[in-house]
Amino acid sequence: MSSATASSGAEQRPASAGELQTIVAARSLAGKHSCFIGVGRPSTAAILARMVHNPDLVLVYESGTIGAKPYHVPLSIGDGELAETADFVVSVPEMFNYWIGPGRVQVAFLGAAQIDRHANLNSTVIGDYDHPTTRLPGAGGAPEIAMGCPEVVVIAPHSPRTFVEKLDFLTTKGDHTTLAITDLCVLERIDGELTLATLYPGVTVDQVQAATGWALKVAGDLQTTPEATAEELSALRELLSRD
Amino acid sequence: MAEIASLGDAVQTLVSDGDSVALEGFTHLIPFAAGHEVLRQGRTHLELIRMTPDILYDQMIGVGAARKLVFSYAGNPGVGSLHRIRDVVEHGWPHPVEIEEHSHAGMANRYAAGAAGLPCGLMRGYIGNDLEQHTRVKRVPCPFTGEELVVVPALNPDVAIVHAQEADRRGNVQLWGIPGVQKEAVLAAKRSLVTVERIVDGLALRPGGIIIPGWAIDVVAEAPRGSSPSYSHGIVERDNAFYREWDRTSRDRDTFIAWMDEHVLT
Repeated sequence: MSSATASSGAEQRPASAGELQTIVAARSLAGKHSCFIGVGRPSTAAILARMVHNPDLVLVYESGTIGAKPYHVPLSIGDGELAETADFVVSVPEMFNYWIGPGRVQVAFLGAAQIDRHANLNSTVIGDYDHPTTRLPGAGGAPEIAMGCPEVVVIAPHSPRTFVEKLDFLTTKGDHTTLAITDLCVLERIDGELTLATLYPGVTVDQVQAATGWALKVAGDLQTTPEATAEELSALRELLSRD
Repeated sequence: MAEIASLGDAVQTLVSDGDSVALEGFTHLIPFAAGHEVLRQGRTHLELIRMTPDILYDQMIGVGAARKLVFSYAGNPGVGSLHRIRDVVEHGWPHPVEIEEHSHAGMANRYAAGAAGLPCGLMRGYIGNDLEQHTRVKRVPCPFTGEELVVVPALNPDVAIVHAQEADRRGNVQLWGIPGVQKEAVLAAKRSLVTVERIVDGLALRPGGIIIPGWAIDVVAEAPRGSSPSYSHGIVERDNAFYREWDRTSRDRDTFIAWMDEHVLT
């Protein structure tokens, strides 16, 4: 990767925790063939990966757009720009039965309201199912995406509300999850358990533990995430400023 | 051959109180105009079926038109919650609504089975998650390999309503862009209504266009901008500002009711 000149030059603001999370997620797509993405930070990260690391990455959105090349970060997974720039567009049954189910899409980026130590996810309810305190949107495509795609990367904010000892509802199983990328660190799923593998610069193990609802395992060779490069940071900021 | 009718006559003919009604369109071509006409005609006790309820079902459920919701993802895409649906589930306001919830793959296979005239659809999924205990799926062994699979019951709504870009004067319909599950919903339903942006003399076939023949549709009605604030690819753009603003409009019960009275119900 070249240390390309950033548009804001030497005065470039350092990366925020959220920006670094997006940049780390984008890095995880270097060398990958295809990625299934939802809206928000996962979408930003995947578009950034195409800009900086992997111009041939095939972006797959749940709405049926395969090989989408959006210039803007879409608001919904079904924005017109995704269909206009896609290599091809398929129906929902075809998406799940021909492309997702058999494992043709290599990586999936998923989010969730809750995640447990095994990387199981809850996106259904907080509280009891029949009388929830908070009704969340529900499963969407996640359960079958997480079964079908060989590698699942969870992208979530790191807090004790999200990283919980026990899920209120198990929406999506974590069997294929390889990484959880948060705004503090990267957890790798080792022997079935999310394990602290890489800390963002300036973050401590205690800080991550305090934001995690279970006694967190720490990898023997704990690493520090390389800082965002000027190229990554200026590409991300330029992407988010497009109109 | 489909009958060509006004939207009001079409809804009057096809939709009755208590019907199961699927208004489909996966983020694209959401049949808002037809859904609003159903509300204006005062239809009630509906079983509303839709993969992604979106703002349209937030409105229909928020005013109390439904007795049951069948769905797989009830969020405001890219924005957050559907506050009216949350209020129904969390607080039973304006009245409790029965919930039947699936995954997208489950709903897609239910529609596909319905379109195929089969009693159920076969898939991998659900096994080992909590949804399995709270919805209508059954495990079955593959009779050839022994693999444990899941079957989901076919969806055959009383009425399917979808929106498309064009129809010709014989009611043949073409839609293009993101196709969702509209073809499956129309073929699975007992009765069907397709609203269109425009009626043309002849359909110019588009790359990737989906054709639904008029002889497989009951009624076609012209409804220009009938998918707004969602969109009709190539004709009307998605109103993203409306989707963001809906988060505020729908948060408060009184604000919501006033908005519906002013913009939909009168």
